[in-house]
Amino acid sequence: MAKAAKFDLTDDSVVVIVGTGAGGGVLANELAQKGVKVVALEAGGRYLPEDYINDEWESFGQLAWTDPRTTSGDWRVAKDFSGLPAWIVKAVGGTSIHWAGASLRFQDHEWKALTNYGPVEGANLLDWPLDSAEMASWYDKAEAKLGVTGVGGRARLPGNNNYKVFEKGALAVGYKEVHTGNMAINSADYDDRMACQQTGFCFQGCKWGAKWSSAYTDIPRGEATGNLEVRDHAHVARILHDDKGRVTGVEYFDKDGNLQMQKARIVAVAGNSFESPRLLLNSHSTMFPDGLANRSGQVGRNYMRHTTGSVYATFEHPVRMWRGTTMAGIIRDEARHDPSRGFVGGYELETLSLGLPFMAAFLDPGAWGREFTTALDSYENMAGMWIVGEDMPQADNRVTLSDTTDAFGLKVANVNFSDHPNDIAMRNHAYARGQAIYKAVGATRTLPTPPYPSTHNLGTNRMSERPEDGVVNKHGQSHDIPNLFVSDGSQFTTGAAENPTLTIVALAIRQADHITREMAAGNV
Amino acid sequence: MSQLRKQGLTRRALLSRAVATGALAVAGPGFIAAPDAAWAVEVTAISEHQMATLLQMARDIYPHDRLGDRYYAVAVKSYDVTDQKQMVAEGIVALDAAAKQAGFDNYLAAGWEDERVAILRSIEDTPFFQTVRGGLVTGLYNQKGIWPIFGYEGESFSQGGYINRGFDDIDWL
Ligand SMILES: Cc1cc2nc3c(=O)[nH]c(=O)nc-3n(C[C@H](O)[C@H](O)[C@H](O)COP(=O)(O)OP(=O)(O)OC[C@H]3O[C@@H](n4cnc5c(N)ncnc54)[C@H](O)[C@@H]3O)c2cc1C
Ligand code: SF4
Repeated sequence: MAKAAKFDLTDDSVVVIVGTGAGGGVLANELAQKGVKVVALEAGGRYLPEDYINDEWESFGQLAWTDPRTTSGDWRVAKDFSGLPAWIVKAVGGTSIHWAGASLRFQDHEWKALTNYGPVEGANLLDWPLDSAEMASWYDKAEAKLGVTGVGGRARLPGNNNYKVFEKGALAVGYKEVHTGNMAINSADYDDRMACQQTGFCFQGCKWGAKWSSAYTDIPRGEATGNLEVRDHAHVARILHDDKGRVTGVEYFDKDGNLQMQKARIVAVAGNSFESPRLLLNSHSTMFPDGLANRSGQVGRNYMRHTTGSVYATFEHPVRMWRGTTMAGIIRDEARHDPSRGFVGGYELETLSLGLPFMAAFLDPGAWGREFTTALDSYENMAGMWIVGEDMPQADNRVTLSDTTDAFGLKVANVNFSDHPNDIAMRNHAYARGQAIYKAVGATRTLPTPPYPSTHNLGTNRMSERPEDGVVNKHGQSHDIPNLFVSDGSQFTTGAAENPTLTIVALAIRQADHITREMAAGNV
Repeated sequence: MSQLRKQGLTRRALLSRAVATGALAVAGPGFIAAPDAAWAVEVTAISEHQMATLLQMARDIYPHDRLGDRYYAVAVKSYDVTDQKQMVAEGIVALDAAAKQAGFDNYLAAGWEDERVAILRSIEDTPFFQTVRGGLVTGLYNQKGIWPIFGYEGESFSQGGYINRGFDDIDWL
């Protein structure tokens, strides 16, 4: 393996990427493979499969982003987890260490939500400047990279106990499209990664490397080219620009807390949907008093988190849902757009399990007494599923700068969120269907469980055709500043019903192609 | 479980105290103990009454009839420190006052769980109650010792996952 590159702080020929998760990690490798020099700055530390811990709270302590954040709005998370609006990772590899691996393409109609749903009162719907035809080949590349099951000739995973209960109930109530999903988890050895051992701690980092994560695939492969330098414990504070309004580099705090300045030809922001807008807003200047890339006023707005919720159910006999893959099971029948159900857009139902410690924390936060504890008493006999539906972008669901500051004295993100009536109608529909599924296989009790701190965070730097409607163009390039890019889920114009990461990865591969071409043409 | 230790009081001494205070015994200066002497918890900063009250509160907040008191004792033991002392003292005074209003001598004197739960409901919005409840979520459920009682198997990597250990062994569907 070639020695990982080391670039000078004054080297202004490099592309600086902020964050090394699903978006940033993939972009870094894709650029490095094409010969582009990259410095990737990551606020967290480096952990590999041998470091991951099969213990929910210990793993949380190791990997989670626990720097301060503040919350507002009427979502229940603001009350139950006011300092923890999202459950995401701060580490090389980002939240691709935590993720469960569900990898679905958007449906055709979801790229054009405004056109297909029509205007929805209170929602800020917009069409993506992309569509299925444009994205098809990028999805192919993303699926091959991640080794997604059920496509490209790769077999699906076997169903675990939790799946078997889910499948039987789904078929009993008449659902047709029910299977173990399209998962970025190997059903057989693939791409130097081994097959899933059904360990059941997918959320805590896969110790076998059977699940794709940029932490142990794209990042080391990018480093092996000699074109990528990853600096961990490097917290980017501010993006700098010149008097022509082009970005010139970033200031960051290194692992010793010293402020450094890295020059750059291009800056790509991929810090997930709270940190990316926060960084743009914190980078305000005399030329850009409202923050970088924010002439539209859209930076931070339209925060989406998917209409989520879970349904757990208890049965007469043991299920032991924690055994095996956490999320390999899906019902797709409700993912269609069918306003006769009382809402626009659709939702997926996916198997889910939590260990006992997290179940106690998330089943009904704040609840106590026997209604709560008797449910936990039946933990061994529980099955579980998760709802993932399209939520409505709303202008005031947004990330702004809080008065609270972090350890570096930087203003932290405040996350304001309230459900749209469409979100509530969809969640209630999904709760009823989920409960019906489990009752069909003899559930003794069903538990419609509220949303957890957000795992899917989208939309706060939305993509738009016209500069006045959004922050970036169809390549994730700022409408205002041509050498500034956004490379994570914050680009999403709308959220679709599908788990977002496959699309984040496809967009990052596509963006690398665009950046390389624009660099060669001398445009950036 | 370093805070807990088998202790040497005679069974008879313990039982006589157990009769006086109900299920939980104040096992004489600085200790509370199980009536069956299976465990004891030493208190240093807070009083025996306060520790016994916290323990009963913990049981009433998250009642699991198959979990012995020792797990609850571990979960509330962290309040027995100087900087929690005042919060605990004030909280329990308020709790016992609420119990008096409901017609009992104090919280521990209410014999039925339902009666104690009603008293807790009347103070559930107080920071004291919320602190105790919130602390229990990890203090109780993150004790590895209780996991098997719920059937939860915990760590599985070192055993090779469940691929050959029943990930799909459900037999009643
Ligand atoms: C429990 C869980 C399960 C999930 N399951 C699925 C699933 O099954 N399918 C799916 O599609 N998605 C899933 N997701 C979501 C998925 O993980 C995210 O969509 C994806 O990782 C987001 O990629 P990203 O690049 O936007 O951000 P991330 O992967 O979060 O990466 C952002 C990185 O940027 C770093 N960073 C932030 N700010 C700075 C700064 N100022 N300076 C330097 N570095 C910074 C962070 O530390 C982090 O490492 C799941 C998420 C969780 C938490
Ligand atoms: S269940 Fe499979 S994918 Fe999940 S952590 Fe275990 S081995 Fe990895």
